Amino acid sequence: MAPGAWTVTGIRAAVAGGDLSAREVCAHYLDRIAATDGRLHAFTTVLREAALARADEVDARPLLGVPIAVKDVICTRGVPTTAGSRILAGYRPPYDATVVSRLLDAGAVIVGKTNCDEFAMGSSTEHSAYGPTRNPWALDRIPGGSSGGAAAAVAAGQAPASIGTDTGGSIRQPAALCGVVGLKPTYGRVSRYGLLAFASSLDQIGPLTWTVADAAAVLQVLAGPDPRDATASTEPPPDLSRLFPGNVRGTRIGVPRVALADGVDPEVLDAFGAALAMLSDRGAEVCDVDLPHMQYAVPVYYLVAPAEASSNLARYDGVRYGHRAKLDGAAAGVSEMYARTRSEGFGAEVKRRIMLGTYALSAGYYDAYYVHAQRVRSLIRNDFDRAFAAVDAVAMPTTPTPAFRIGERIDDPLAMYLGDVFTVSANLTGLPAISLPAGLTQARLPIGFQLVGRPFDEATLLRIGDALERDAPWSDERPPAFA
Amino acid sequence: MFCGCPADYQAAEPNTRTCPVCLGLPGALPVINRRAVEYTVLTGLALNCRIPEFTKFDRKNYPYPDLMKGYQISQYDLPLALDGFLEIDGDTQLGLGRRRIGVERVHLEEDVAKSYDDRGEGYSLVDVNRSGVPLMEVVSKPDMRSAEEARQYLTLLHSIVQYLGVSTGNMQDGNFRCDANVSIRPVGSQILGTRTEVKNMNSFRAVYQALEYEVVRQREVIEDGGAVVQETRGWIEEREVTVSQRSKEYAHDYRYFPEPDLPPLRIGPERVAELAAELPEFAPQRSARFQADLALSGYDADLLAGSRSMANYFETTLTLRDADAAEVANWMLGDLARLLNQDHREIDASPVTPQRLADLLALVADGTLSTSLAKTVLEEMYATGGEPADIVREQGLGQISDTGAIEAAVAEAIAANPKAVADYISGKDTAARFLMGQVMRLTKGQAQPELALRLVQEGLELQKTRGSLEP
Repeated sequence: MAPGAWTVTGIRAAVAGGDLSAREVCAHYLDRIAATDGRLHAFTTVLREAALARADEVDARPLLGVPIAVKDVICTRGVPTTAGSRILAGYRPPYDATVVSRLLDAGAVIVGKTNCDEFAMGSSTEHSAYGPTRNPWALDRIPGGSSGGAAAAVAAGQAPASIGTDTGGSIRQPAALCGVVGLKPTYGRVSRYGLLAFASSLDQIGPLTWTVADAAAVLQVLAGPDPRDATASTEPPPDLSRLFPGNVRGTRIGVPRVALADGVDPEVLDAFGAALAMLSDRGAEVCDVDLPHMQYAVPVYYLVAPAEASSNLARYDGVRYGHRAKLDGAAAGVSEMYARTRSEGFGAEVKRRIMLGTYALSAGYYDAYYVHAQRVRSLIRNDFDRAFAAVDAVAMPTTPTPAFRIGERIDDPLAMYLGDVFTVSANLTGLPAISLPAGLTQARLPIGFQLVGRPFDEATLLRIGDALERDAPWSDERPPAFA
Repeated sequence: MFCGCPADYQAAEPNTRTCPVCLGLPGALPVINRRAVEYTVLTGLALNCRIPEFTKFDRKNYPYPDLMKGYQISQYDLPLALDGFLEIDGDTQLGLGRRRIGVERVHLEEDVAKSYDDRGEGYSLVDVNRSGVPLMEVVSKPDMRSAEEARQYLTLLHSIVQYLGVSTGNMQDGNFRCDANVSIRPVGSQILGTRTEVKNMNSFRAVYQALEYEVVRQREVIEDGGAVVQETRGWIEEREVTVSQRSKEYAHDYRYFPEPDLPPLRIGPERVAELAAELPEFAPQRSARFQADLALSGYDADLLAGSRSMANYFETTLTLRDADAAEVANWMLGDLARLLNQDHREIDASPVTPQRLADLLALVADGTLSTSLAKTVLEEMYATGGEPADIVREQGLGQISDTGAIEAAVAEAIAANPKAVADYISGKDTAARFLMGQVMRLTKGQAQPELALRLVQEGLELQKTRGSLEP
C-alpha cells in the first residue's frame, strides 16, 4: 500500500494482517510532520517519543486476539474467583493477578475461569465444590487435577490455551491425562502475585496448550520479574521464540530406571520407551541416572505442602470476604463464627490437609516432621543437581497410570496421593518440568511423557518437546467426542 | 512493613490506608520494606548489638479478627540484632551505680489492625489502617533491679530511637509501647522468681507506677504464703492497679515456621559498616560534650541534648552567632521554650529559626536592644515569623542611647514624683531605681537601662545639691 494512499481502514487491515507494524506507520507520519510543519504550523505539540513508545506497545502484543482460560485460583478483577471452594462463592477480587495483567497487556482475551480441585488440592478435580470436570477423551473419567478444567478446556477445543497452577503436578498431570502440553516453569520464573496460595514454596503458574511452540509463546508473556513477588527471579526471561524447530542432536537425557521399576502401567511404560526411542533416533543420548532420594518425594511433599497450606488458608475466616456462617443466638462469638464458617466453607480434602499441616507444624512435632521433610527436600535437590552434571534433562512418565474413572479413588486419599510420584520432585526442587503428549492407550486414553530440566532452563525442555512433537504420529489425535 | 501503604494510621479515616497485601486478600504477597530493616539494624547498632549476617522472617500463626492473614510475619529465631546493652546511671537508692542493662534482641514484624469492641451490642469494628505498619521490638535482659532503673532504661531507649529518627517515641499515639516483665526473689538468691507480664501502660509514669505496684502485690502474695502465678496482667490507669488477664489468654502454639514468601536476608559486614557510619552522636554523649566543651550546666546540657532537633538547633545557632553558649542556652530554654510549649510545638516547627535567633542576640550584643526589649521582639518574631531587624525598625524599638533624649524623660520623671525625690534625698537609694523605672516607662522601654540609671542618679544628685542650696 503506497504511503500516499493510506486510509484508516487500509492501515487497520495492514497492521492487523501483519504487513505493517504500528511503529512503521507511526514513524512515517512523524517524519511527514517533521518535513512539512515548518511551512504549515498545524501542530502546537508533536509527541514523537510518546507516539513511538505507544506504537511499540501496540506492536508488542504477542497474544493479540488469543482467547485464554484461567484457572479459578488466579485473581481476575471483578470476576468471580472461587478456588473451586464454597468459602469463596461469589468472591470478586478487586485486583488482577500479575499473570492476568500481562496476558491482557499482550492482547489476550480471557474467556473464562476454569474448574479445579478446591484450593488446588487434589489430582482429579473431583474435590471441586462445584462438581467434577470430565475428561474429553472419556466422559466417565477424571481429567486429572487440580487444573482439570484448564486441561479439559484445551483438549476439547474450548480455548487454544489455558493457565493452570502446579504445586505437586497440577498442570502436568491433567495435561498428561488430557493429551495436551503442560509446563511448570522454574519456581520464581513466573510471579505468584494474585495466585491464591496453596503451598508458597511450591506453587507455580504455567500454560496448557496443544503444541510446545504455543507453550513457549504463552510462557514468554507470563514470565519475568515482579516487584510484588519477593520470590520471583529478578532476571529477565530469555527469548524463547528462536528454539524451534527443536534440535536434540547431542542432547543428553537421563532416566531414573529404579523409579520406574514398579507401580507403572505397562502401556505407560511402553509409550515412555517409544518416546525415548524417537528422541534417540533424532540424535539424543539416553542414559541412566540415579536419584536415590526420589522415593521420599511423596511423603516429603505431603508434609511440606499441607503445612504451608494450613497457614495460607487461615485467612479464610469469613471476616472480610467470602462465606460467613450465620450464627444463631447472642452467645456465639468470633471463635464460633470461625469454626462454623470454615466447617461449612471447606471440603473434606482441604480439611484433611489443613489438619495434616497443622499437626506437622505443631509444638513437639515441628522438628520431626516439617524440618525433617525440608532437609530431605534438599537431598532430593542434590540428587538432581548431580544428575545435571551428566545430562541436560531427566525423563520420566508424567503419571503411573492413564486417567482412572470418576469416583474410583475418591475414598482412598493415599492412593490418590501416590499417583503424584513422578511429578512432586519438580515442585520440591523448584526445577522446571514439562508434560508432553506421548500417544494413547488401547482404550484411547492419553499418556504423558515428562522432562525435568535445570533451573531456569525451560528452553531445553521446550526444544526437546518440539523435537518429539514434530514427527510424532499422535500429534493430530483429538478426543473423538470433541474433535 | 510489607506493602506500600502510608503508615499514618492515627490521622487517617478508618480503612483508608489499605491494599490487597495489608488486607490479607487472597493472592496477595508481602515484600520487605528496606528502610524498616535499615532502621532496625541502626537501632541494633546504637544498642551495641551484634548484627548477624543471616536473618529471616517467620510466620506466627494464630486466629484473631485483627490479624488479617491469620498469621503475623515476625522474626523468631534469627532476628536482625542480638546481644546488646545500654548503660544506665543505676538506682543509687539501692546502692547501684552506673552499669549495663543487656538487650536480648531487636527484631522486626508487622503490626495488626485495630479492634473496637465497645461500639455496640453484638459486634466489633476493625480498622485495618494499622495492619502491616512496621513494628520494631527491643527485648531487654532481666538486668533491671527497680522501677527507677526501668525508667532510666526506657528514657534512654526513647531518646535513642528519637535521635535515630526511627520513631517519634510518642507513647500516647502508640508509636512507642512498653510491655514489662517483673519478678521478685529473696535477697541474696540467684534464681529469678516467677514473672508476670504487665501490659497497657501508656506513659513512662504508668510503667513506673505499674512496676512499683506489681512488686508490692507479688511480695504480699508471697508473704501470705502463696505463689506468684505466671500470667499477663493489665495496668488499669484509673484504679492504679494491675488486673489479671488470664481469662482472655489461652496458651497458643504459634507454629512458627520460616516465611516462604520472603527470601532470607544477608546483611554483610560492609553494609553494617555503612549503616554504623550513619549513627549520630546520642544524647548522653552530646550532653557530656556540651558540658565539657561549652561549660554548660548538667541540667541545661541534658535539656538541650534531649532531642536531636533541639541539639542541632542549639549548635547551629552557636556557629551562626559565634556566641556565648550560656546565652544561647538561656534564650532557648527560657523564652523560646515557653513560646513553643504554649503551642505544643516542637522546635523544628519554630517560626524563630537559628539564624533569626542569632540575629536577635547580635542586636542585644551591639546595644540596639536591651534584654527585656529583645524578649518583646522575640515574641513578635514567633508570632509573625519576621526578621528581628525588620521588627525593630518597623516598631521603632531601637534602644535609645542618646543622652539628651533620656534627660528629657528623667526631668519629667523627677518632676512627676516629688516624693521619690524626697526619699532619695533623705537617704533611700532605692528611689533612684524607682525613678529609673519611670524613665523606662516614659521611653517605652527603649532607654538604655544603664544610661537611664546613671542619668537619673545624676539628676537626683543635682536635686540634692539644689535642695541643700535652697534657703
